[in-house]
Amino acid sequence: MILAGVDGDRAWRLQDYLARGGYSALKKIISEKIPPEAIIAELKTAVLRGRGGAGFPTGLKWSFMPRSFPGDKYLACNSDEGEPGTFKDRDILRYNPHSVIEGMTIAAYAMGCARGYNYIHGEIFEIYQRFEEALEEARAANLLGADILGSGFSFDLFAHHGYGAYICGEETALLESIEGKKGQPRFKPPFPASYGLYGKPTTINNTETFASVPFIINMGGEAFLNLGKPNNGGMKLFSVSGHVNRPGNYEIPLGTPFSELLEMAGGMRGGRKLKAVIPGGSSSPVLPADVMMSCTMDYDSISKAGSMLGSGAVIVMDETTCMVKALERLSYFYFEESCGQCTPCREGTGWLYRVVHRIENGLGRADDLDLLNSVTGNIMGRTICALGDAASMPVQSFIKHFGGEFQYHIENKKCLVSPEVQYEGSQIYVSPSC
Amino acid sequence: MLEIEIDGQQIQVPDGSTVMDAAAKIGSYIPHFCYHKKLSIAANCRMCLVQVEKAPKPLPACATPVTNGMKVWTHSESAVKAQKGVMEFLLINHPLDCPICDQGGECQLQDLAVGYGGSQSRYQEEKRVVLNKNLGSLVATDMTRCINCTRCVRFTTEIAGEMELGQAFRGEHAEIMPFVEKTVDSELSGNIIDLCPVGALTSKPFRFAARTWELSRRKSVSPHDSLGANLIVQTKHDVVKRVLPLENEAINECWLSDKDRFSYEALNSAERLQRPQIKQGGEWREVDWQTALEFAANGLRGIAQQHGGQGLGALLSPHATVEELYLGQKLMRGLGTDNVDFRLRQTDFRADGRRSGAPWLGMPIAGVGELDRLLVIGSFLRKDAPLLAQRVRQAAKRGLQVGVVGPTAEEWLLPVRSRMVVPPSGMVSALGQLVRALSEQKSVVVSEAFVSSLPAAVSEEASTLARLVGSGERVAIWLGNLAVQHSQAAELEALACEIGRLSGGRAGVIGEAANSVGGYLAGAVPSGTGLNAKGMIDSPRKGYVLLAAEPDLDFADAPRTQAALQSAEIVVSLSAFDSPALRESADVLLPIAPFSETSGTFVNCEGRAQSFNAVAKPLGECRPGWKVLRVLGTLLGLNDFAYEDSEAVSKAALGADYTRKLAGGETFHVAEAASVTDSGAGLERVADVPIYFADPVVRRSAPLQKTKDAAVPVARLSPATLAQLGVSSGERVRVGQGSGTVELVAAADETLAAGCVRIAAAHRTTAALGALSGRLSVERA
Amino acid sequence: MLSQESLQQIDREVAKYPADQKQSAVMAALRIAQVEKGWLPQELIAFIADYLEMPAIAAYEVASFYNMYDLEPVGKHKITVCTNLPCALSGGVHAADYVKQKLGIDFNETTADGKFTLKEGECMGACGDAPVLLVNNHHMCSWMTKEKIDQLLADLESK
Ligand SMILES: Cc1cc2nc3c(=O)[nH]c(=O)nc-3n(C[C@H](O)[C@H](O)[C@H](O)COP(=O)(O)O)c2cc1C
Ligand code: SF4
Ligand code: FES
Repeated sequence: MILAGVDGDRAWRLQDYLARGGYSALKKIISEKIPPEAIIAELKTAVLRGRGGAGFPTGLKWSFMPRSFPGDKYLACNSDEGEPGTFKDRDILRYNPHSVIEGMTIAAYAMGCARGYNYIHGEIFEIYQRFEEALEEARAANLLGADILGSGFSFDLFAHHGYGAYICGEETALLESIEGKKGQPRFKPPFPASYGLYGKPTTINNTETFASVPFIINMGGEAFLNLGKPNNGGMKLFSVSGHVNRPGNYEIPLGTPFSELLEMAGGMRGGRKLKAVIPGGSSSPVLPADVMMSCTMDYDSISKAGSMLGSGAVIVMDETTCMVKALERLSYFYFEESCGQCTPCREGTGWLYRVVHRIENGLGRADDLDLLNSVTGNIMGRTICALGDAASMPVQSFIKHFGGEFQYHIENKKCLVSPEVQYEGSQIYVSPSC
Repeated sequence: MLEIEIDGQQIQVPDGSTVMDAAAKIGSYIPHFCYHKKLSIAANCRMCLVQVEKAPKPLPACATPVTNGMKVWTHSESAVKAQKGVMEFLLINHPLDCPICDQGGECQLQDLAVGYGGSQSRYQEEKRVVLNKNLGSLVATDMTRCINCTRCVRFTTEIAGEMELGQAFRGEHAEIMPFVEKTVDSELSGNIIDLCPVGALTSKPFRFAARTWELSRRKSVSPHDSLGANLIVQTKHDVVKRVLPLENEAINECWLSDKDRFSYEALNSAERLQRPQIKQGGEWREVDWQTALEFAANGLRGIAQQHGGQGLGALLSPHATVEELYLGQKLMRGLGTDNVDFRLRQTDFRADGRRSGAPWLGMPIAGVGELDRLLVIGSFLRKDAPLLAQRVRQAAKRGLQVGVVGPTAEEWLLPVRSRMVVPPSGMVSALGQLVRALSEQKSVVVSEAFVSSLPAAVSEEASTLARLVGSGERVAIWLGNLAVQHSQAAELEALACEIGRLSGGRAGVIGEAANSVGGYLAGAVPSGTGLNAKGMIDSPRKGYVLLAAEPDLDFADAPRTQAALQSAEIVVSLSAFDSPALRESADVLLPIAPFSETSGTFVNCEGRAQSFNAVAKPLGECRPGWKVLRVLGTLLGLNDFAYEDSEAVSKAALGADYTRKLAGGETFHVAEAASVTDSGAGLERVADVPIYFADPVVRRSAPLQKTKDAAVPVARLSPATLAQLGVSSGERVRVGQGSGTVELVAAADETLAAGCVRIAAAHRTTAALGALSGRLSVERA
Repeated sequence: MLSQESLQQIDREVAKYPADQKQSAVMAALRIAQVEKGWLPQELIAFIADYLEMPAIAAYEVASFYNMYDLEPVGKHKITVCTNLPCALSGGVHAADYVKQKLGIDFNETTADGKFTLKEGECMGACGDAPVLLVNNHHMCSWMTKEKIDQLLADLESK
C-alpha cells in the first residue's frame, strides 16, 4: 500500500506520487467539503492503530484534541525511529514522503492544526534533506501552506532534524526537542492533546500512521479494516532484520502468519534453526521459536503470546545466537539512551547492564537472575516514560525463556553456544539482492 | 472542590490540587526530593510514589492531580515497596560516607535512607564519580553526592530568573553544572544550598565550620534591605556560624538574599571595634566605658552649653534599630535640638511635613502577588530589594505588567512591558507627562496644584506607559532608592502620588534600609526648625552624634560630610566597626553591638515592626547601642531614660498603633523650587549603591566581597556617549564631580540613558566624587 | 564566529518556528556550526546561544545530550559504526573490527594523521541495511562488506 508502486530511489517526487494517485484523498476532502468529524469517524471505522509502538487507536487520539481552542494547535509526526530493529519510517520517507505530507495535511485539517513538524531521526540526514525537498514541492503546488488548493484551509509543515537520542521517539521528549531542549520526557498528565508543543494542544503520530491516512480516505474505513483482521485494521510494514536471507521491509496485512513473513524474508539464513524472535522492536519481550511460529502478525495475537507488536520490527535470531550476549547489547543500549531524569531509569538501566555484562563475562553470581528480576521490578511502572519498561521487558523475557542459558553462563563461566558457532553466525552478511 | 480519601481520611481539596497537596493538608508526610512547593513540578526523583485506587502502578504524589472520589494510600505496602525501590536506586551511586559530608545530620537523603534503605547494598559495582564545579565564593560543591533532583536548576531559572545551572549530558552521565567555567552570580544563589536535599551544594563559608547538632538556632531579622527577611541564626559558642531563612510567607517566603545569608561573615571581622576609644591630642587610646561615656557626655554637654542645642546634630543610620533611633533622637531633643536625621543619602527633604505619615511601600509585601500593574520609578530593584524583585518576577508570570521610569534599563530578569529611559534630570518631566497622559486617557481631572507645572507635550513612550499603568485594577507605584535620593525627590513623590490617584492605585516607597520606615516612626527626623541630614552637613555643627554610619560611605556627599565632621569640636561615634575614615572624623568611638548581639526592632517597608533578640553575646566590650544611649542620657541628666529593657524602648517609640503613623499616599504638592538646580552642563551622574557596599556589615563580609556584584566600580556610559567622548570601553577615564576627581575604567552600558554616567557610590574608590546626583566631567585619563 | 553562509542557514531554520520560539532552532544551529567548524568548542556553543537569545547552559545541555554533537575535536572524517543487536546479527561488530584493524585505532580514537575518528553508534534506524556506518554524521553507508569498507576508506583518504 504505502510502498506499493514505489520504485527504488527515483519515484519519490511529487509527480510520481501524483501519478500513483497521490493527494487524491486531500483533494477529495476539499472538493467534497468533508467535515473533520467525518474524517475522524472514518479512521475509527478503519481501526487504524498507531504504528509507533503502542498501537493506540488513531481516530480516538484525534478526537481528544479540543475542538474550539483559542490559540494555535500543533501536529507532530514521529519519524525518530531508533528502536533497534525498526527501519520502516526511513523507507517511507525515502520512497514515499508525500504520503506522509498528505496524511499530515489531512490530519491537520481534521483537527484544526495550523502548523506541524516532522521530527526526523538524527542519523538519517539524507532522508531529512529529501523530506525538505518534498515539502518544497508540496508548497510550490499549493498542497501545503496558505489556503491549500483554494480551500481557505492553511497548514504549514516543517522538518525538524534530531541529532542522536533514541528517547526523542517518546512523544513528549520529541516535543521538548522541537522546543530546542534536551529530549527529556514530560510527566503525563497533562497529555499533549491539552498541553503539547509550546504548551498548546498537540497530536503526535508515527510516520506510518500518517502515511496510512490517505489510503483510508480513498478506500474507506471499512475496506481498510477488512485488509487486516477485526480490531487490527489495514496493512502494516514489518522490518525484518537478523538471521534471515533477505532482511528488509515487508508490507503485509495484519494477521498474516509469522511463518509467511519469514518466508517472504527469504527464510532462515544458511538454513539454520530459528531460536528466538523479538517481534516488535527491541523493547518488546522476546519469544522462543515455537511460540513465534504459531503467531500471526497483529496486535492481538502477539500480545496473547506474551509480547507486543510494537513498531513491527522483527528481529530474528537463529541457533548461533548467545542470548546473554544479545541481551547485553540491548541492555547497553537502554543504559546509554536513558535520558537521565528519573531515578529508577537513570540508575536502574546501568545496574541491569552491568549485571548482564558480568554474567556474559563469566563473572555472574548465583543470585544474579533474581537480582535482575528484582531490579526490573523496581524500574517497571515507576518511571516518567516507558523507557524504563522498555529496558526491563527484554531482561525479564530473556530470563524467562532462556534462563537456562543464563544459568549455564553463571555456573560455567562460558556460553552454551560455542564461540566458534557464534562467530560464524555473526559474520558480515549482505543479502544477494542488495 | 474535590473529594479525596487519603490514608483513610476523607477530605476536600481545591480543584487543581495534587495528591501531595492533599497529603500535606492532613499532615501526612510523603517522602520526596525533587518536589518543592515553590518550584515547578519535575516528578523526576520518584520518591513520592503512592498507591492510588484503580491505578495499575504507583503514581508520583507530587505530579498526580487529585480527581474526584480518588482513594490514595501513601504508606500502604505497595507504596512503601515502591518508595524503597527508589531509595535503593538513589543510594547505589551515592557515597555512603555521611560522617564526612557537610550535610551530615541535616540531609533529607540520610534521614529517609535510615527509614527506607536496606541495610546492605545489593549494588556491588563501582560508584560513579562526578567532578566538582566552581560556582563562586558562596556555594561549595560535592557533585558526586548529587541525586539529580534538579531543584537547583529550576531555582535559578524560575525564582532567580536566569538559568545559571543546567543538567548536561544524559543518562547516568547527567551532571548539574553551570555553563563551562561560569559561576553562579545571582544575588539569590545561596538558596540552592537550602534546596539541595543532599550534600552536593553546601555553603562555602560554612564548610566544615560545625556540625548541625552543635549549633544553637535563634530567630532574628535581617538588618539589610527594607524587606526585613526573617532569619535563623546558628551559633556555636556565641559565634555566628551560619544564617538560614526562617520561613515567613508574608515576607521572605522560604528564601533569603545572599546579602541576608552571608553578611554574618563580617560579624567577627578584624575590623570589629571591641573597646571604647577616645582621641586626645590627635592620639587614639583605648579607655574603659566609664571614661569614654563621660568623655562623650562632657563633650556634648559642653557644646550645648556653649552654642545652645542648635550646635549639635545627630546622624543616625537607617540600619540602626528602632530602639537606637528612638533613644538617639530623644538624646538630641533632651539636649535641646531638633537636628536629627537618619536619611543619610537623601538630599531633598521638601516633602517633609506634607505627607500624612511615614513613607512606606503602601501595601503588604505579599500583596505583590495580587497586583496587575506596577510602575517602578528610579530603582535598582533587583539588587536593592532582591526578594521583592523575586515576587514581582513570580507575579509577572501570573499576568502582572511592569512599567519602569528611570535612567537605566538594566536587566531585572523579569519582563518589563514598557519603560521610559530618561536621565535623572528628565524624571520629573517624565512623571509629569504620565500624569497628563493618564488624566487624558482616563478623563480624570488633574489636581489643581499640578496643572500649571505639567509638561505641555506627552511623548509616545509616556502615553504607552500611561496606558499600561492606567489599565490595571490593582495598581502600585513604587519609588526606588534613586528616586528617594534624587535632588527633586519631593516632586517625584508628589507626582507618583498623583499617578496613584489617577490610576486608582497607590504610591509607595521601597526604602533603602532595614529601618527606612522605622526611622520615621521612631521620630529620628527633624521637626520644626531642626536641620535634616543635608542641613547638618551644609551648615556644619560643632558637635555630632554618629550612629552606625561611616562618613565616607554612608552619606549623600562623602567629602562634604567628612569635612563637616572634621571641623566639629566633638564627634561621638557609636559603631560596630572601626575604619580609618571614622578615626579621622570622630573623637570618641563607642563599640556597639551589630544586629546579632543586641535586641531590637526593624519596621520593614510594609510597615511591619519585627523585634528580635540577641543571638550571641556582644564581642569584646561591645554593648547594645540602645544601652549605650540609655547611659548617655542618664549621664547627661536627661529625663525618662531609665528604660527597663529594649521592649520598653520600642513600646515608647512605636506606641500602641504605630501603623496609623504610616502615610496614606495622598497627593501633596511642593511649592518651593528645589534647592539644587541643575546646571545643565556636563554629563549627569547616576549613582547606585551596589548590593554588597550598602552598609557597614555587608561591606566586611569576605565571601560577598569576592562576588561579581562586589566588583570595583567602573564608569558606565552609553555607547553613544562613549563615542562622543572618544573613549572606548576598557580605557581609564578621569571623572570629576565638584572638587573631587577619581580615575575609573570606562565601560559601555547599553541600558543607560544617553548623557549619563553610572558610577556606584558607597565604595572607597568613588567616595571622593561626592553627591549621588549632579553633573560631572569625564575625560580620558 | 560563523560564516555568512552558516548564519543564513541558521536563519532559515529559525524561520520554521513561531517568532517567539527561536530556541527551537538550536539543534539545527549546532549542527550547522559543527559542519562548518568540525566540532563544537565552548565559545561556539555560547555564540549560538547568544544568537538564539537563550541561556548558554541551555545550549550546552542540548549539545551534550544528543550523541552526534562533538564536544571534543574529531578527525577529518568521523566514522560511526552501528553495533546494536540487529546489526550485530548481520556482522556489525565484525565490520567495526575490520575498520578498527584497517585504521589501527579503537572506538573513540583518532588516527595519528588526524584523518579518521571511529565511534560506536547506536541504532541508526537502518537495521535492514546491516552492516551500516555513518560518515561525518550525515552520510549513511549500507551493506558494508569488507570490500566496500576498503573502498570507502580509500575514497575518504584521498579527500
Ligand atoms: C522510549 C520510547 C521510544 C519511542 N520511540 C518511538 C519512535 O521511534 N517512533 C514512534 O513513532 N514512536 C515511538 N514511541 C512511541 C511514541 O511515544 C508515541 O506513542 C507514538 O509516536 C505515537 O504515534 P502512533 O499513535 O501513531 O503510534 C516511543 C516511545 C517510547 C516510550
Ligand atoms: S524513564 Fe528514563 S528515559 Fe524516560 S524519563 Fe525517566 S530517565 Fe528519562
Ligand atoms: S517528589 Fe515526586 S517525583 Fe520527586
